[in-house]
Amino acid sequence: MLKFLLRRLGVAILVALTVSMITFSLIYLSGDPAIALAGESASNEEIENIRQIYGYDRPIIVQYGDWLMRAIQGDLGRSHYLKSDISSVIVTRLPNTLILALCAISFALVLSIPLGVAAAIRPNSLIDRFALGLAVVGQALPSFWFALILIFFMSIQWRLLPITGTGSWKNFIMPAIALGYYVTPGVMRLTRAGMLEVLQSDYIRTAKAKGLRPMTVLFKHALRNAIIPVVSLAAVQFGFMLGGSIVIETIFAINGMGFLAWESIQRADLPMMQAIVLVLSCFYIVITFLADLLNAFLDPRIRVT
Amino acid sequence: MASQDAQTVARSGAILPGDKVLEPSPMAQLRRRVFGHYGIIIGGVVLIAILLVAAFAPYLTPYHPILDQDLSNALKVPFWHCIVVEKSFWAAVFDGRSPFSWVEPAKFSWDHPLGTDLQGRDYLTRLIHGSRISLLIGFSAMLISGVIGTALGVAAGYFGGRVDMVVNFIITTRLSMPVVLVALAVVSLIGSSLWIVIWVLGLLIWDRFAVVMRSTTMQVRNLDYVAAAQACGCSTLRIIMAEILPNVVNHLIVVATLEMAHAILLEAALSFLGLGVQPPAPSWGLMISEAKGMMFFDAWLIGIPGAALFALILAINLLGDGVRDVTAPENRN
Amino acid sequence: MSDLILEVRDLVVDIPVATGMLHPVQSISFDVTRGETLCIVGESGCGKSLTSLAVMDLLPSTATCTATTLRLDGEDLQSAGEKRMADIRGNKMAMIFQEPMTSLNPAYTIGNQLEEALLRHKQVSAAEARARAIYLLEKVGITAAASRLTQYPHQLSGGLRQRVMIAMALMCGPDLIIADEPTTALDVTIQAQILHLLADLQKEFNMGMILITHDLGVVARVADRVAVMYAGQIVETGTAKQVFENPTHPYTQGLLECIPIPGKTERGAPLGSIPGIVPSLVGDLPGCHFADRCVHVMDACRTGRIDLRDSFEDAHVFRCLLTPDQSAANLKRGAA
Repeated sequence: MLKFLLRRLGVAILVALTVSMITFSLIYLSGDPAIALAGESASNEEIENIRQIYGYDRPIIVQYGDWLMRAIQGDLGRSHYLKSDISSVIVTRLPNTLILALCAISFALVLSIPLGVAAAIRPNSLIDRFALGLAVVGQALPSFWFALILIFFMSIQWRLLPITGTGSWKNFIMPAIALGYYVTPGVMRLTRAGMLEVLQSDYIRTAKAKGLRPMTVLFKHALRNAIIPVVSLAAVQFGFMLGGSIVIETIFAINGMGFLAWESIQRADLPMMQAIVLVLSCFYIVITFLADLLNAFLDPRIRVT
Repeated sequence: MASQDAQTVARSGAILPGDKVLEPSPMAQLRRRVFGHYGIIIGGVVLIAILLVAAFAPYLTPYHPILDQDLSNALKVPFWHCIVVEKSFWAAVFDGRSPFSWVEPAKFSWDHPLGTDLQGRDYLTRLIHGSRISLLIGFSAMLISGVIGTALGVAAGYFGGRVDMVVNFIITTRLSMPVVLVALAVVSLIGSSLWIVIWVLGLLIWDRFAVVMRSTTMQVRNLDYVAAAQACGCSTLRIIMAEILPNVVNHLIVVATLEMAHAILLEAALSFLGLGVQPPAPSWGLMISEAKGMMFFDAWLIGIPGAALFALILAINLLGDGVRDVTAPENRN
Repeated sequence: MSDLILEVRDLVVDIPVATGMLHPVQSISFDVTRGETLCIVGESGCGKSLTSLAVMDLLPSTATCTATTLRLDGEDLQSAGEKRMADIRGNKMAMIFQEPMTSLNPAYTIGNQLEEALLRHKQVSAAEARARAIYLLEKVGITAAASRLTQYPHQLSGGLRQRVMIAMALMCGPDLIIADEPTTALDVTIQAQILHLLADLQKEFNMGMILITHDLGVVARVADRVAVMYAGQIVETGTAKQVFENPTHPYTQGLLECIPIPGKTERGAPLGSIPGIVPSLVGDLPGCHFADRCVHVMDACRTGRIDLRDSFEDAHVFRCLLTPDQSAANLKRGAA
């Protein structure tokens, strides 16, 4: 078990390093990053100035090494546009994205796991067809369109919820739904398939033969085993949400990482863009590593030998 | 004793050599399964309809999606705005009158059954031409990512060992990077156009191809006829093309349809954010973006292209699910 | 309290399938008394497992089950609702299944699953449940029982897991144990141990036991009474001695002929076999189900109903048109 974890950790670190290299080299796609930062109407002097400040005149390897060293220590550089420390900006914006992603994944799990279980208990019934139909529809719905539809009905037609901002908890309802519904079909199907398979197992037959109550059989015995892959999937999807919330955040004007990424792309704030991609990728790597841990913890066959 | 035994065996219903056993041919069985599957029928019909519309787009309406602008004709409403529902709906029904009536407001004209946008361009025409963009991007990005992902996945599955380790590492690295953000960053740095979007998407969404092709290749690789081909001394390339690929092709089709839908959705999202196809092209995502400011009064401006996107994605997904159900139902979920 | 723990009369199980109605169990009747082992013998597909599932009310939801009598210790099981059946299962009657490797939940410890069986039915404390679990684990021959409680199923071998299953069945002190091929999935050496264990436990706790098997060797070892099943019907019932010494149904005779007896069967002589295959149980099947494979078949065998008739001794019955004398004569002729 320990060996397995150490190996996973090693791979995770290597992946993080590779991602950092790719992220770092992204800004060179535009050719000369100094020009991109300075803007089109900048004078040669201004461009040269920027080149000095950001050290773009040094060899690439040196730039990368320097950037990496500082990043590990928490210094992600300075934003050209905002004229402030990137790390502090990220620290203020990250919590909003985290809250949004948590609400979204909670919504998805609360909706899809019970549906998946109900569908598995009565295959081919009305609830099963409803669940599968919902899954099919959910996968085909573009998230930004769904967000706009939600706004149209909830805010405009029925005036139930506010549209933009992060003032109260009400602000997070529609964004959470708009972000979370996309995960729902996958989780629901996996829960349903897992339950269908587990319910055919011999140990469920044993549980029934012991005279255990139906709820006990369903939750203590069946779901406990079927949920293991679902937990992994949910963790991975949570990681995706952190990186994929940009559309939702821009629509609802939520001051999170996605919105920050959007703004920095608009402003060609290259150091900020780099830092955001790096931070979000590292979050994803950490989350998938933790998901592996959780997976191993939930299945005694892996945990105990 | 012997004759009685033979009689006994015969009466027991055993199948003897020389009996003719009739069974539908594999093709006939497949045809029956395909046409009995609602998902394939609905998805296939809708997709073919959209393909036809896209193919004959210039001939379907008299307008041009970009050039036929008429600001005096801006924001005409679609035809369903002519349907007026009486306020006392149930009273009308009980009275025996129809609660619906047809009133053509000034903002409507049959010249533009689906209305016009802010610049007076016919919405139906834009919608039809938008399908070309979505289909082109979806198909091309799917092809590019398919080639990359299949090559990586088959190599990893067939050769195993270090090749597998390296490919797994590449896949994990790709999965760790947020696709939308990276796509946005790249497009913002090198400029956005139809073909840049196609290539960026194609170079980013190959991961599912790689994962699925890797696992199916690993399964097929251990089968006996591959070993037989190797024993005959067939070259590696020949084995891959002739023995492995034909047996993973049905999984490939399923993933291809899913990724085409994925690419279409991503392009719509990018265009919505302004970093995909650029105006004045009639990309559906772009149409929704341009209309979102007018959502208060003219919600149909976002409803129509969104519904079209939904229909296209749904059709492709149904088709993909259907192909999977028909060819490999054990891989459900 | 009577000695009769289970009374079954005319048990019928029907399952609708794509091609029609399947009749896997057709009018089975048998009794089980305390302290006695009834072995139900038959080949795969004869309906013996479904019979036991019907008694426990664990049939698949599409199956229907009826019986003239289905009584456990005097209580009518057919009129008992779902709740009452759940209270009885694991409590008054318990079942042991065939595949020990997959019959335990991999996510919970042995102790958890053992104690759960007791805590569900009786009002005892956790400590008492734990004590009983340890007691029974030792009874089934598992050493270091206390430490086993915290182990997971995957840490135990097949033989140990089956012992745990037996202990689990005994947690509430049931009156009836149904063991469905408990040793089929185990090594031959372990088989004997498990069978001995079951026999000892049965005597000690004075339970009734139904042992389902396809292995005549097992039957010979543990059975007090034997019921031979073929194609959904019981074709012969009697004490073990009666059925083994005087098999009167052609199927039973055929089965026993298949077993080579050291010393008696000649070297090089062909092993006995019963030609043909089991008939399909979908739809109606008039007459004797064994007719197509029976060496002594007559035209009358294929029509109407064939009821059980008495053999030489009391309580030994068989389902055939032949008289016991004719059958015995057949047997002697065959052996010659």
